[in-house]
Amino acid sequence: MKKYDVIIIGGGSAGLAAALEINKHRKSKILILERDAELGGILLQCIHNGFGLKVFKEELTGPEYAERFINELHEKGIEYKLNSMVIKLHPNKTVEYANVDEGFITIGAKAVILTMGCYERSAGAIGLPGNRPSGVMTAGAAQKYLNIDGYLVGKNIFILGSGDIGLIMARRMVLEGANVLGVAEILPFSSGLKRNIVQCLEDYDIPLYLSHTVTEIIGKNKIEKIKLSKVDNFIPIPGTEIEFEVDTLLLSVGLIPENGLSEVCGIKIDPRTKGPIVNESYQTNIDGIFACGNVLHVHDLVDFVTEESRKAGLAVSKYLDKQLAETKNMIELIPGEGVAYIVPQHVNIDNITDKVEFFLRVKKEYKDVNFVVRSGENIIKTNKKRHLAPAEMEQIKLKLIDLENIKDIKTIVIEVTK
Amino acid sequence: MEKLICIACPIGCHLEVDVENDYAVTGNLCKRGEAYGKKELINPTRIVTSTIIIKKAIYKRLPVKTNGEVPKNKIFDIMDEINKVTAISPIKMGDVIIENVCETGMNIVASRSM
Repeated sequence: MKKYDVIIIGGGSAGLAAALEINKHRKSKILILERDAELGGILLQCIHNGFGLKVFKEELTGPEYAERFINELHEKGIEYKLNSMVIKLHPNKTVEYANVDEGFITIGAKAVILTMGCYERSAGAIGLPGNRPSGVMTAGAAQKYLNIDGYLVGKNIFILGSGDIGLIMARRMVLEGANVLGVAEILPFSSGLKRNIVQCLEDYDIPLYLSHTVTEIIGKNKIEKIKLSKVDNFIPIPGTEIEFEVDTLLLSVGLIPENGLSEVCGIKIDPRTKGPIVNESYQTNIDGIFACGNVLHVHDLVDFVTEESRKAGLAVSKYLDKQLAETKNMIELIPGEGVAYIVPQHVNIDNITDKVEFFLRVKKEYKDVNFVVRSGENIIKTNKKRHLAPAEMEQIKLKLIDLENIKDIKTIVIEVTK
Repeated sequence: MEKLICIACPIGCHLEVDVENDYAVTGNLCKRGEAYGKKELINPTRIVTSTIIIKKAIYKRLPVKTNGEVPKNKIFDIMDEINKVTAISPIKMGDVIIENVCETGMNIVASRSM
């Protein structure tokens, strides 16, 4: 069995950044396993701009962002395999994968990094009512057909869900000559970034129907019409139906971390993020298996994926050098009032050099509030926030000194207060 | 006071622009927000991204972009020009596909190598 220092499962933005970061800190035998025909992951079909402002201090498209990392990977001579599907991951860090050239292979590693990304929630998953004709697909699928393969999936389009991919596709399809009739969001606020509402919908006069959902799909073989209804707390209000004649319904109703491999391996999943539970080193409950990027929790921005994956890569290089402290002195992070989730979920104070950063999301929109970080009655930090929205991921940094000042710290609560 | 949401980056700052006071911008976290607030009310511009046909490559479409912001009201004219051209592999990221597209002073460039 061939042995590596690190096997990285997935060659998208997270896998690429983690591999390069490890390479920066120590000479290691790294292998990236990628199931697609190219490295770069979903960035390759995200041809719009807006990537890289934090990482490169300039605005890039998805393919440009990916290519910079791929070029660096080539320069450093880091090994990768394309068209290679990981079948199974074992807790002892052996990995089974298959590809056409090699067949079915088993390899081993000292550390494994999960960077499988996420997948789109489908029509079945949201219990879309009505017929099941063709012409109903996820926004990301339509994006791949259009941007990679060159096919426009329809001419009269309605989009259910105001996630970023749906908003980006609304603009993209208008530019290619389609008629986008509207975007419906069941919640009273958009689940996409504000900038995308402005530059994808408002720029092209595409109506956004908040507190609305699709209540019927009409059409036998091909979709013909949809019925849209106003909702009151998720319940459709009778008599509010509007009909739209469409040939395509795109779904942009959420992303779910892709953890099939992780679950079979016995990695504990946080029901809030649907990603692995990790500590400050991005290590899961299984020693030597790490996770970062969208497989861990869904990010709004690739720049955040890169930053997180670099932190994970640094932690993995410390792990390989046996510089990570044993998992004792663990502090548990608890999402308090208004907070949907916090990542990482645990912190081992012995592994923090000067500060630790948390990613979190809130449950609803807030104006002029505070993030309060506390341990019991001790307030560690208060951050003023003018705007908070579930679509926008927040970051909180804590200094090691602040944590050391509190004796026997076991839990930290982060909450939203007036 | 004009209220805008900044699109300079994904943070989406809520800007207030005082049109009568030399377009003074507040609510921005960075300089880009100040520039955006002014420009959006005086001469709104955008980056345009799309694809063109590519021959002899791994895929059938090559992603392209304007290499700078172009006036918002020229976007559809630019799309018409983009849809007329075909590239032949190999193409390098940054290669100019169309020079000075629609007299905007900006070029259409390849967003990746293919």
